[in-house]
Amino acid sequence: MADKKRIDEPTGTQTVGHEWDGIEELDTPMPRWWLIIFYATVVFAIVYTILYPAWPMIDRATAGVLGWTSHGQLEEQLAEDRAERAPVMAALAVTPVEKLLGKPELLETAIQGGRSAFLVNCVQCHGSGAAGSKGYPNLNDDNWLWGGDIAAIEKTLIDGIRQPGHDETRMSQMPAFGRDGLLSSDEIKDLVSYVRFVSGQEPASESAQRGRPLFENNCAVCHGADAKGDRQFGAPNLTDAIWLYGGDRNTITDTIHNSRYGIMPAWGDRLDPVTIKMLAAYVHSLGGGEASPVPEAETAPAPDESEGNVVAE
Amino acid sequence: MSSPSDLTGEKQQFFEARKKVFPRKVNGTYRRLKWVIMAVTLTIYYVTPWLRWDRGPYAPDQAVLIDLANRRFYMFSIEIWPNEFYYVVGLLVMAAIGLFLVTSAVGRAWCGYACPQTVWTDLFVHVERLVEGDRNAQIRLDKAPWGAKKIGKRGLKYAIWLYIAAATGGAWIWYFADAPTLFMDFIHGTAPFAAYAAVGILTFTTFTLGGFMREQVCIYMCPWPRIQGAMMDEKSLGVTYKYWRGEPRTHGLKRAHAQPLTDLAEGEKVGDCIDCNACVAVCPTGIDIREGPQIGCITCGLCIDACDEIMAKVGREPKLIGYATAADEALIKQGKEPVSAKKRLLRPRTLIYFLLWCGVGLGMLFVLGNRARIGIDVLQTRNPLWVQLADGSIRNTYTLKIRNMEARPRTVEITVDGIDAVLWNDRGSRDDAAQAVRLEVPADKVAKTQLFVAAPGAGPQRTDVVFTVRALDQDGASASDESFFERPEGSR
Ligand code: SF4
Ligand code: SF4
Repeated sequence: MADKKRIDEPTGTQTVGHEWDGIEELDTPMPRWWLIIFYATVVFAIVYTILYPAWPMIDRATAGVLGWTSHGQLEEQLAEDRAERAPVMAALAVTPVEKLLGKPELLETAIQGGRSAFLVNCVQCHGSGAAGSKGYPNLNDDNWLWGGDIAAIEKTLIDGIRQPGHDETRMSQMPAFGRDGLLSSDEIKDLVSYVRFVSGQEPASESAQRGRPLFENNCAVCHGADAKGDRQFGAPNLTDAIWLYGGDRNTITDTIHNSRYGIMPAWGDRLDPVTIKMLAAYVHSLGGGEASPVPEAETAPAPDESEGNVVAE
Repeated sequence: MSSPSDLTGEKQQFFEARKKVFPRKVNGTYRRLKWVIMAVTLTIYYVTPWLRWDRGPYAPDQAVLIDLANRRFYMFSIEIWPNEFYYVVGLLVMAAIGLFLVTSAVGRAWCGYACPQTVWTDLFVHVERLVEGDRNAQIRLDKAPWGAKKIGKRGLKYAIWLYIAAATGGAWIWYFADAPTLFMDFIHGTAPFAAYAAVGILTFTTFTLGGFMREQVCIYMCPWPRIQGAMMDEKSLGVTYKYWRGEPRTHGLKRAHAQPLTDLAEGEKVGDCIDCNACVAVCPTGIDIREGPQIGCITCGLCIDACDEIMAKVGREPKLIGYATAADEALIKQGKEPVSAKKRLLRPRTLIYFLLWCGVGLGMLFVLGNRARIGIDVLQTRNPLWVQLADGSIRNTYTLKIRNMEARPRTVEITVDGIDAVLWNDRGSRDDAAQAVRLEVPADKVAKTQLFVAAPGAGPQRTDVVFTVRALDQDGASASDESFFERPEGSR
């Protein structure tokens, strides 16, 4: 090949020696600017691998003299975010949860933050849209076992439900009427008829008639004489359309026979108060949140009355 | 290795080196027209951002403002939102058709008179002439060795260019923020980095494109001359040299004056062109129009002015070089009358472009006049699709975006049609459920809200519903959006 190299006449440039069908390639040198950029990139690469983590070694890569790590960068960004959020977090920390509703901007932040916290901590049971499933309450609806105003939701979150060893936890237990031999299976059948009657799922029947006194004697203490439930005991309203475990005959029979109760972690042990507040705001905002009970008048009482109050206390 | 005998010594150049262009000063009709157009376009460019326009307390008072941060485009009484981007598209379509129209009628008039590249180059050329003198002085200075005089002149020229270039970049940014505020911030060094970067880049490009690249932009960089060919036909205007009249050239004034020529053979024709090169010397793109129509010609008409001056001096008919269509050329050559300007302009091609242009324009005006300044977007929440309430009714949730495009806060009322339902939103609770929801929407803003809609549990699985938002003020503008109401399967 080498012998084919020659100087091209019109240009005065040497050819590379390849020839195809009379076409030859000129050995034109690289343009200077191109070479300069090429050398610059080489220098850059060398400097870069010295400054930053680069070369893979046996169990880790070279560290680089700047000490930069992607972990460190993430930490920095998180710290920045935290610093940016600090004022609003501080405001949330000092605002009682029921006061949030009067502060639209703070509430909006709380709801957004609560949504994120929900997606991390709560979706496992309640689902990503908070729609729950059998045995796990739907948080979108207007049916609340333990109360649906924002403060009640916050308390449920903090203390959990039926958490052993927790004094404040939401606690109640339904007897297993069948399994423990409190009621016979016929009686349970009549009770089921009655419950389905009061919830409008079945017409009145003789069986339901027989179930009525059974209900009054065994169930009314928690569910109320009108079967509308009692939030103090987390006793569900049996007259509405919403059934946590299902409202068909078999399910209700099973519930009365074996009893049922759900549990929920006491998030007060695991999440900080601000996060819980944000969660409460989010759950409250899903459409079923109830108005807080009217708070006591905050106007300063007249002097003589206030003295009387002090004495009374 | 090659033998030395292969060397020939002479190297061949594959590219033509740039010929420096030193356009000579010229006076005349087209030069004056260029001055007028330059004055008008530059005035519009520099003055527009400083015009004020009162839009009330909730909107900026700059007449023309591209507010990128808030995604608004203000143009006098018109305010365009991002969802109305089709107006901008319409304007671009009109600009395109307008260029078709202008090009098919009067050729590359845009290039010669109104193109920013032309306008700024012209300005720079003028500065150059003021500092360095006219063509010959410039050529001499260019050839002269570097010395105090040359450095001084060049330095002064570059300084003025740089000043103009910076003023150009500066004027551009005023369109993107409140001009007086930005001006003060800019001086105090507190303007956003983007402003400095934009001024820097535009200064650089104006300086290089207007000062150094000039005709090269028109000939090599600009795609427009290539596209233009498609819009021109034999009835489009162009600058042409009447070669049948000019050729054969008589060299020099004297011989031209000597007519009738005694020293020429019998029957020998003498052309009008005296080969004085004035047309070449004034051309900003450095071409010789006598070589025929060519891509370098931006139809600025300066060669016409130059040649007319010469023709007056030698006592010949003007317009040896002139604006003419190819069809006219052929007619004139045969000694016939050219087509009248009216007939030439009102031909099917231009009429169709004109009608299209008017059609788009009128369509836009109509839509602009009838557009609602309120808007609603409804998005049904799909997780969960529906919620059963304690009383057995079914609730759906929707995310609503309500646009208040007026520069005043408005109270709006949202209703739903197609289903017997009650509604409330996340600013109220179930106890507020009613047939309609009221909402305050701040001026010129989008309000986002969750709307809860509850309807009886029995019914079809999917019901078409229409959400309507209506402003509770005098104009009562309203807008609607469609969606669905979902129920559990088998609830009928
Ligand atoms: S040839 Fe004449 S019209 Fe064309 S660019 Fe040159 S001076 Fe202008
Ligand atoms: S200016 Fe007119 S006369 Fe002079 S060279 Fe050009 S065409 Fe000929």
